[in-house]
Amino acid sequence: MSEPSLEVVDLSFAYPDGRQALRNVDLHVHHGERVALLGPNGAGKTTLLLHLNGILRPASGEVRVAGLVVSDDSALEVRRRVGLVFQDPDDQLFMPTVGEDVAFGPANFGVEGEELEARVAEALSAVSMLEARERAPHHLSYGERRRVAIATVLAMRPEILVLDEPTSNLDPASRRELIDVLRGLPITQLIVTHDLPFALELCARALVIDDGVIVAEDTTVEILTDELLMKTHRLELPYRFDPRQQLSS
Amino acid sequence: MHIPDGFLNGATSAGTAVIAAGGLGYSIKRAGAYLQDRRIALTGLVAAFIFALQMLNFPVAAGTSGHVLGGALAVILVGPWLGITAVSVVVIVQALILADGGISALGANILNMAMVTGLVGWGLFRLMMKVIPKSWTSVLVSTFTAALVSVVASSIAFVIEYAIGGRGNVDIATVFAAMAGVHFLIGVGEGLFSAVTVAAVGASRPELIAGIEDLDLAGKDRSPVRSGVWGFAAAGLVVAVLLVLVAAPLASSEPDGLERVAIDQRFIDSAEDHPLSESPLADYGVSGIEDESTGTRMAGLVGVLITFGVGAAIVGTFVVIRRKSATPV
Amino acid sequence: MLYRHGTTPVHRLPPQVKIVALLVFVLSVVVMPREAFWAYALAGCLLVGVMILAELPAGFVARRMIVEVPILVFALLLPFFGQGETTEVIGLTLSVEGLWGAWTILAKATLGVAASIIVSATTTIPDLLRGLDRIRVPRVLTAIAGFMVRYLDIVAGEFSRRRVAMAARGYEPRWLWQNGPLAQSAGSLFIRSFERGERVHQAMVARGFTGRMPVFGDRPATTREWWIGLSVSLAAVVLAVLSLTVLR
Repeated sequence: MSEPSLEVVDLSFAYPDGRQALRNVDLHVHHGERVALLGPNGAGKTTLLLHLNGILRPASGEVRVAGLVVSDDSALEVRRRVGLVFQDPDDQLFMPTVGEDVAFGPANFGVEGEELEARVAEALSAVSMLEARERAPHHLSYGERRRVAIATVLAMRPEILVLDEPTSNLDPASRRELIDVLRGLPITQLIVTHDLPFALELCARALVIDDGVIVAEDTTVEILTDELLMKTHRLELPYRFDPRQQLSS
Repeated sequence: MHIPDGFLNGATSAGTAVIAAGGLGYSIKRAGAYLQDRRIALTGLVAAFIFALQMLNFPVAAGTSGHVLGGALAVILVGPWLGITAVSVVVIVQALILADGGISALGANILNMAMVTGLVGWGLFRLMMKVIPKSWTSVLVSTFTAALVSVVASSIAFVIEYAIGGRGNVDIATVFAAMAGVHFLIGVGEGLFSAVTVAAVGASRPELIAGIEDLDLAGKDRSPVRSGVWGFAAAGLVVAVLLVLVAAPLASSEPDGLERVAIDQRFIDSAEDHPLSESPLADYGVSGIEDESTGTRMAGLVGVLITFGVGAAIVGTFVVIRRKSATPV
Repeated sequence: MLYRHGTTPVHRLPPQVKIVALLVFVLSVVVMPREAFWAYALAGCLLVGVMILAELPAGFVARRMIVEVPILVFALLLPFFGQGETTEVIGLTLSVEGLWGAWTILAKATLGVAASIIVSATTTIPDLLRGLDRIRVPRVLTAIAGFMVRYLDIVAGEFSRRRVAMAARGYEPRWLWQNGPLAQSAGSLFIRSFERGERVHQAMVARGFTGRMPVFGDRPATTREWWIGLSVSLAAVVLAVLSLTVLR
């Protein structure tokens, strides 16, 4: 697999009101990597994510998923390849039961019958939520819904998992469960997050985006220990958190 | 307001079911054209909003509370087809899952609570917006009036259905007076609530209001939206009262016509009641007043006022019990 | 909402069978003539039988029949407002037609509500929706209903939270004209619901949605299940037919 799982080349995009959201963004994620995307609020992270599965189209530049260029024709296949997990699980769990939510994705791509059942079981097991299959989403805890939301895209067997703030609003135990799940998934991941210890723990490489521009790209520990960089882009480590010490322990 | 099984006979149940099915099918089709495939998720959320709104108790007077139907509000906000579809789904789910409303009466209930309110609400709103000078105040007045009249229209639809196929052989005029009177009161509450809701939406996301989509209100002063409830309520009330005064005599002579038709068609079980044996206007004439139409109007008004007391008692019981039984899921 | 968990034969019947059975039963009751007291009584017995089979406690069912109360009120007023021949009952002059009307409405409404409660108490909402799909209700409608039920909690929850927050700031409306803030919060809740509808659509598209809602989890009912499920309703049909013809 020589080509990257995900490649964003010179992407630019402006909002309808004229504001430039993204400027010449370059980004790549190789097969098997876990990459963190950091940056302050309003930097354009979510807008960038919406380009990755073709919901938004760039004014210039292109997005390639495992070699496939995102276009009108390829949009459907791109959506199978890019497992986008949005921030609010309630937006993604819209079917009456968990099982139906997980089945929704693959069903749209023609998977049916026994194979569909197997996919659902496989995806739910991967996030340790198999026993919730017949339950209604609103009866699950927030952390459980987050995990099921991941299962809904895993069921499509995507090329890359893209997550928007997966640990936000989780209590410590749920957060730990989620991290364990993500660490256990043998799939390429691009993770947008404010949770810097989480980024350090899971992702070897990180990019920083601010005001629509990629301002830094390096190993996570290098980024987190660059005090000037962090301060300039409104990033701050938790109290007394030393990235170098974390890694060596 | 939800008609149970047994209220209407088989033929009326079937007839309304056919009309409702046809109307619903048409609404779905038109909703599809309007918003393409976004409609499913959006309509579902609008339906959830309307359902939740119907569960809301809003205080009316010292302890009693009322409920909003939301039919007119729904169509003013998201357009007739999406609105009617959403409210129809609410009614269907209420009947099937909450046992609120008879299965055999589903057609009539959808007709009254979704279609009549939706079409009358939308029609009157658009008509008023065309006629009165465009401003945010006129949006609120139109919303108030449309919502008020939609509720009354819904009750009139019920009376017509009852006249055609209802059981009990009550004097249609009495039923009409009671229903219309009570629903006028309910409609005032609905009108006020709907208008303020539209105002709130207009204050931050006016582009979401389908009813004014094609009207250029961009430059207009939005302060009425933030001002008190009474200004536009008064204007709307005047319009509504005028409508009532005009419609009342028409309506009070009509039930006799309906009754006659109904009995002729043998829809009402009546072993002894022959329409020709007594003058239809005997029910209405106020003795001593020569001019028939004034007498009718007076009688109608007196009838409304008297049955108000009974009606208010019914409504009071209704809302108190509803409040107790309508527990959120 | 009304569902009460259980594993009785009634619970295990396919939902489409129960829905059709409900419809047939209700229609049978609707056409029964008012004089056939015995038919209503027997139909009631049939329902009680099903209730016992479904292990539904009487109190459970009775509490949920409160929705019927407004109809009771209306029905009880009929004898006072009915026309035509009258009769004396404990000193009150009541209309005969009105009395008949009150009886008819009460009997049919009660049986209808009870039957409806039995079905919703023994069928989960997702199953009810699948049952509707199987009897060819347009998928658009069941999908919309599914979303409505799914998000009702969230929307209703937001309403309550706002009310609580407003109450915490001293807002306790008691009169019609004090409803401004409540209606305003309804307005902002509409906006939030609308926006969520858009986001849900986005999430659907992100998982390959192109306009057709898939159906899953449903299975066809066997002939045996149909016969068993419809047995009570067919008995009601027999009662209706008898009451209309032979045993008039």
